[in-house]
Amino acid sequence: MSDNPTKKKEKIPRQPMAEQEPQVRRHNFDEVPFGYSDEVALLEAQRCLQCKKPPCMAGCPVEIDIPGFIKLVAEGDFIGGARKIKETNTLPAICGRVCPQETQCEVVCVLAKKGDPVAIGRLERFVADYERKSGDIQIPKKASSSGKRAAVVGSGPAGLTIAGDLVKMGHAVTIFEGLHKPGGVLIYGIPEFRLPKAIVDAEVDYLKKLGAEIRPNVVIGRGKTVDDLLAEGYDAVFLGVGAGAPVFMNIPGENLSGIYSANEYLTRSNLMKAYRFPDYDTPIALGKNVAVLGGGNVAMDSVRTALRLGADNAYIVYRRSKTELPARIEEIHHAEEEGVQFKFLTNPVEFIGGEKGWVTGMKCIQMELGEPDDSGRRRPIPIKGSEFVIDVDMVVVAIGTQANPVVPATTPGLETNRWGYIVADPQTGATSRKGVYAGGDIVRGSATVIEAMGDAKRAARAINEYLKTL
Amino acid sequence: MLNEVIENTKLSDIVVRMVIEAPDIADTRKAGQFVVLMIDEKGERIPLTIVDSDAAKGTLAIIYQVVGKTTAQLAEMRAGDRLFSVLGPLGRPTEIENFGTVVSVGGGVGIGVAYPITKALKEAGNKVISIIGARTKNILILEEELKAISDKLLISTDDGSYGHHGFVSDILQNLITSGEKIDRVYAIGPVPMMRVVCEVTRPHKIPTVVSLNPIMVDATGMCGACRVAVGGKTQFACVDGPEFDGHEVDFALLATRLRMYCDQEKQATESTRCTCHER
Repeated sequence: MSDNPTKKKEKIPRQPMAEQEPQVRRHNFDEVPFGYSDEVALLEAQRCLQCKKPPCMAGCPVEIDIPGFIKLVAEGDFIGGARKIKETNTLPAICGRVCPQETQCEVVCVLAKKGDPVAIGRLERFVADYERKSGDIQIPKKASSSGKRAAVVGSGPAGLTIAGDLVKMGHAVTIFEGLHKPGGVLIYGIPEFRLPKAIVDAEVDYLKKLGAEIRPNVVIGRGKTVDDLLAEGYDAVFLGVGAGAPVFMNIPGENLSGIYSANEYLTRSNLMKAYRFPDYDTPIALGKNVAVLGGGNVAMDSVRTALRLGADNAYIVYRRSKTELPARIEEIHHAEEEGVQFKFLTNPVEFIGGEKGWVTGMKCIQMELGEPDDSGRRRPIPIKGSEFVIDVDMVVVAIGTQANPVVPATTPGLETNRWGYIVADPQTGATSRKGVYAGGDIVRGSATVIEAMGDAKRAARAINEYLKTL
Repeated sequence: MLNEVIENTKLSDIVVRMVIEAPDIADTRKAGQFVVLMIDEKGERIPLTIVDSDAAKGTLAIIYQVVGKTTAQLAEMRAGDRLFSVLGPLGRPTEIENFGTVVSVGGGVGIGVAYPITKALKEAGNKVISIIGARTKNILILEEELKAISDKLLISTDDGSYGHHGFVSDILQNLITSGEKIDRVYAIGPVPMMRVVCEVTRPHKIPTVVSLNPIMVDATGMCGACRVAVGGKTQFACVDGPEFDGHEVDFALLATRLRMYCDQEKQATESTRCTCHER
């Protein structure tokens, strides 16, 4: 036994997080992992080396004091740990669940060089859950009222974050949300088994307690425009409207019944709770042989939802190989465990319809990988004559989203790029319109929850400075 | 109170007119636009065309036919009840200008959708001929209201109980044959009716606008549930429509997609007869 504390820490293995058995969970919508117990969290927190110059912090888009909060966990001060995170991140229970830690904070952890990194995400989740369950939620001090008003358009990760920050800075904030329930992609997109909606609701409640006003059922750009908001006396507007428009394959037969965009399929299940039909009124197709097109997190969410809704065969159909799958490793792993079948190097070319216009099959072509393309990934090339048909009775197209043109089209002078995304300064979120800022997917195209939150934090600082000049 | 039901009046055995408090929507809505409403938190989001509005009172009117669980529940609501949510105005407004002579064709509950468009066309100075029809006399709606804003009103019933015995498309055909110069036709009603009207006007190259009613979820361009094929291209009725060039619309696809949840609708209404094909 060595007395060297570093050596001792290295002997504690990375603590696993207990989760539902695959054969059980593929039949329910309950969250997959159970989270750390107090004991396990204490053990895991002790593994942190408390680096003087912590590389993990540099890897975090919202600059959480990671060693700081983990130190508090190691000392048993779990609520203190949660509050430490909340100094910079308003949504730790969400980030602890959906952040890609393996490409952000954990990948650069010093321990990762020789073995497994500290389970930063699991610890973040643990303290946030601990604080929420304790009911001991502290409302932080707000700066004195500035007398200024800000409008936030969209209540997804960016909107919730900037609203929290601006309220704390002393400004009056109103969030406008198009749907009937706030939370954006956290509510309509990410399924219950990955992010329980009660957690999102708790975060929204917290924001209301802080003093933010939330107005659901208002689509800015239809009826009221951005200019109307400015005319009504809002001093600044933040656009966090997401990239909500679905992308389809544009191949024959795509409008057959039983073919969904991932947005529709997930919105029906998550926002409208169609998985609880007929208790909830919104229906959803219950495919037995389901193909999900695409390889990202949204594709994994869709295919795992289809399994839970009773599919016998649930396929991921992806035109590249396993190495190129853009989804988080954890999601791919969970999908594999639950029995999702992966059809790699496969690209659909046509949907085949049967009686009553319902999809019955999908003609695909086999692909091979060629030279790297612009994205640096090897380009998939069709193999001539390799067409074959997969029997399906439901398809979910999860190949990405694009900018919803409603806000840009109704905001004169708001500069967009060739894909319709809003052009914004990466440091401040400032757009071509004075007093109008933007962040998240409507600027980046496709971002993660935490990247959208990072944009929102920077924009909050910039808006704060801007409001001081008025 | 927001989203309060001000009145909910039966226009016929199966068609109901509801007036809702929604000041922001009443303020900004234009002819041809619609709202999405939910009765309660477990409810469906259903799109309904705004039939009329009163900006001073902050109210808007919708007309719906009882076809399934949600509309049956809606019909049960009384003045003073509140809807869980009302979102709007959605969709592109109707392009209104003085085209000359326009014919507005409304079938069944579609007469309610045709009404605000007809009214706006009349106000823009058009000569307006309205043709309305229903299966039978006692479910025919808005006769008086349309008479008041039309230069001529013609009526048909499928069973001959009132007006012309036959279809609205027959009347339109007769009108064209009689030499009436028609600059534009609006056709709003069940899918088969709109399809036939478009076939009547096609040989005469009369521009024909239809208002489509596919299944929607968010109705803001996010989900694509409402996709329709127009001129061989996929469009979203919620943001690209709901009005399209009727000569380019794939009505067979629209009809098929409207039946997508036939089985679930039966289950929800616990009825043995599915009514979704009557949309």
